[in-house]
Amino acid sequence: MLRKLALTALTAVALAGSPALAAGEGGHVENIPFSFDGPFGAFDQNQLQRGLQVYTEVCSACHGLRYVPIRTLSNEDGPGIPEDQVRAYIDQNFIEVWDEDLRDYRTATPNDNFPHNTAAGAPDLSLMAKSRAGFHGPYGLGINQFLFGIGGPEYIVSLLNGYTGEETTMAGSTLYENHVFAGGMIGMPPPLYDGQVEFADGSPNDVHHMAEDVAAFLMWAAEPHMMARKQMGFTAVLLLIILASLLYLTNKRLWAPVKRAAKDS
Amino acid sequence: MSGIPHDHYEPKSNAEKWLHSRLPVVGLLYDTLMIPTPKNLNWMWIWGIVLAFCLALQIVTGIVLVMHYTPNVNLAFASVEHIMRDVNGGWALRYIHANGASLFFTAVYLHIFRGLYYGSYKAPREVTWIIGMLIYVLMMGTAFMGYVLPWGQMSFWGATVITGLFGAIPFIGEAIQTWLLGGPAVDNATLNRFLSLHYLLPFVIAGLVIVHIWAFHTTGNNNPTGVEVRRTSRKDADADTLPFWPYFVIKDFFALAVVLVGFFAVVGFMPNYLGHPDNYIEANPLATPAHIVPEWYFLPFYAILRAFTNDVWVVQLASFLTGGIVDAKFFGVIAMFGAIVVMALVPWLDTSSVRSGRYRPLFKWWFWLLAVDFMVLMWVGAQTPTDFTSWVSLIAAAYWFAYFLVIMPLLGIFEKPLPQPATIEEDFKEHYGKSGSEGAAASTPAE
Repeated sequence: MLRKLALTALTAVALAGSPALAAGEGGHVENIPFSFDGPFGAFDQNQLQRGLQVYTEVCSACHGLRYVPIRTLSNEDGPGIPEDQVRAYIDQNFIEVWDEDLRDYRTATPNDNFPHNTAAGAPDLSLMAKSRAGFHGPYGLGINQFLFGIGGPEYIVSLLNGYTGEETTMAGSTLYENHVFAGGMIGMPPPLYDGQVEFADGSPNDVHHMAEDVAAFLMWAAEPHMMARKQMGFTAVLLLIILASLLYLTNKRLWAPVKRAAKDS
Repeated sequence: MSGIPHDHYEPKSNAEKWLHSRLPVVGLLYDTLMIPTPKNLNWMWIWGIVLAFCLALQIVTGIVLVMHYTPNVNLAFASVEHIMRDVNGGWALRYIHANGASLFFTAVYLHIFRGLYYGSYKAPREVTWIIGMLIYVLMMGTAFMGYVLPWGQMSFWGATVITGLFGAIPFIGEAIQTWLLGGPAVDNATLNRFLSLHYLLPFVIAGLVIVHIWAFHTTGNNNPTGVEVRRTSRKDADADTLPFWPYFVIKDFFALAVVLVGFFAVVGFMPNYLGHPDNYIEANPLATPAHIVPEWYFLPFYAILRAFTNDVWVVQLASFLTGGIVDAKFFGVIAMFGAIVVMALVPWLDTSSVRSGRYRPLFKWWFWLLAVDFMVLMWVGAQTPTDFTSWVSLIAAAYWFAYFLVIMPLLGIFEKPLPQPATIEEDFKEHYGKSGSEGAAASTPAE
């Protein structure tokens, strides 16, 4: 009960200071070469696991992943964390979900989705990597998305690195200047600082690297079947090229006598 | 059918005769499939097959998608995510369905512009054209309502803006809008009726497609020369035509396979390119997106809607003459729907005695300008309004109307057409006699 009250109070505070929630175009976003770019790109499992760690230790304090089932952390195409380790992950991080039947919180199981965190009025991150476009040009045509992708993960990285250090207080809540965010002022304080998360594999943990890792993880969270999708695309294109070639030859052969007759007469 | 002399189905075995005397369905299929088709059709005559394929694809994927979808404002967005994550192959179904709409509209625009260039709408094919325009309008309605179903931000706000257009109608507009929405604003009632209609209309379209095919099977196909197939004798008809099966079925299937290579590359490698990122945010009636942009296939008409603002003198004149009843908003709505109406009326606006644009030296320029105009409108429809884009959209919208209402009637009077071939056979021979064994691929797709 107390917990709920606290949540409600926090939400009220957060909503009061969220004029910056409206989506839109922000500042310049740099293209970042991710391992999953391009028709043959694949998720880097180590990077996804690091990203999960950043999400768990930092982002999850305020942001939920309500559409992502925890069990999918075991997916081969995704983070590929073994099932027992997923259970251990739940226990170590005290992940609790709201149970409609119990009318109370309980420890999550792998079949539950990540919690729906409304604590600070922060947006859910399940689809964040698909709900922001990093690239729009040239001339608003969006053709560069053809080359670099929509730019969702790039937007996340740029946003996390886009703080200028300035802040103002508006209607009782603090806003932080961020040159990537639409409107330039964001309600989220700079979430990352260098060396904040210790990676077991000793990967670099400066802000930029952590941002890239968590952006990759969020891309997976938003599009968990990306690998299967590219595989399907490749297979379909290959088979259709073969089919088209055969039909081309059939068509040529079929029309040859007709065209010859037209030529000869 | 089509008054062109050709083979008809003859039942041979007793079983065939038994069925044929009771229900001549095999004969109907035979005559439909073996229809004499002008042998000089070029590669712009393939979009019909692509469109038929799209309709089937959308219906099949849609029927499966609806098995997993929940039409409720609290559950719709989550049910789409359920399809994307948990349903076996659900992501493929949804991406194919969503991008299938784009393929559908790409094909229909090329099909329509093919018809505009080669005069396929002219007598005696006016009914085919009108039915086609009806299909196109229904397609737009179906696509619009389908886009609302995922209940994302662009779904919600797109629905709010577009149904708001009806609210601009003087006196009765608000009542119509409320009736369409099932309430004062876009809400659960809207979502439910949109799903119902989104499911119904494709079958209406399928019915109209049959009528469309029936109509042009009655008149016979148009062709790049616009010269009719000779119906004088069986021999003449045979010299001008080939049966649809196998000649054009195989040709069209080849083209379809090529088109699908591109389609599946988009579905597999960039399925969200044609969508809007905001639609991955659940609908929120309290937060308006910075830009509300319709899907790309609506942009040209959306641009025409926005082109007529209060400072355009035509709008001011209309407002003055009607005592303020026709305001800028209503004028824009009339212009948007009018843009489609004038296109539907082109069979009676085109006064030229020559059918195909190939033999109309002046028409060609105006036609290509219209094609460019369409692309400009599409671009400007997606831009945030500025002084510059306002001018561009106004000029581009004006040209759209000028083409149909002024240029088409006048061109027929002032233009001196080029000599046309006497027969389709002659055209075919000229093409293949000179260019040798290059094959049909040598013909320029759109002249």
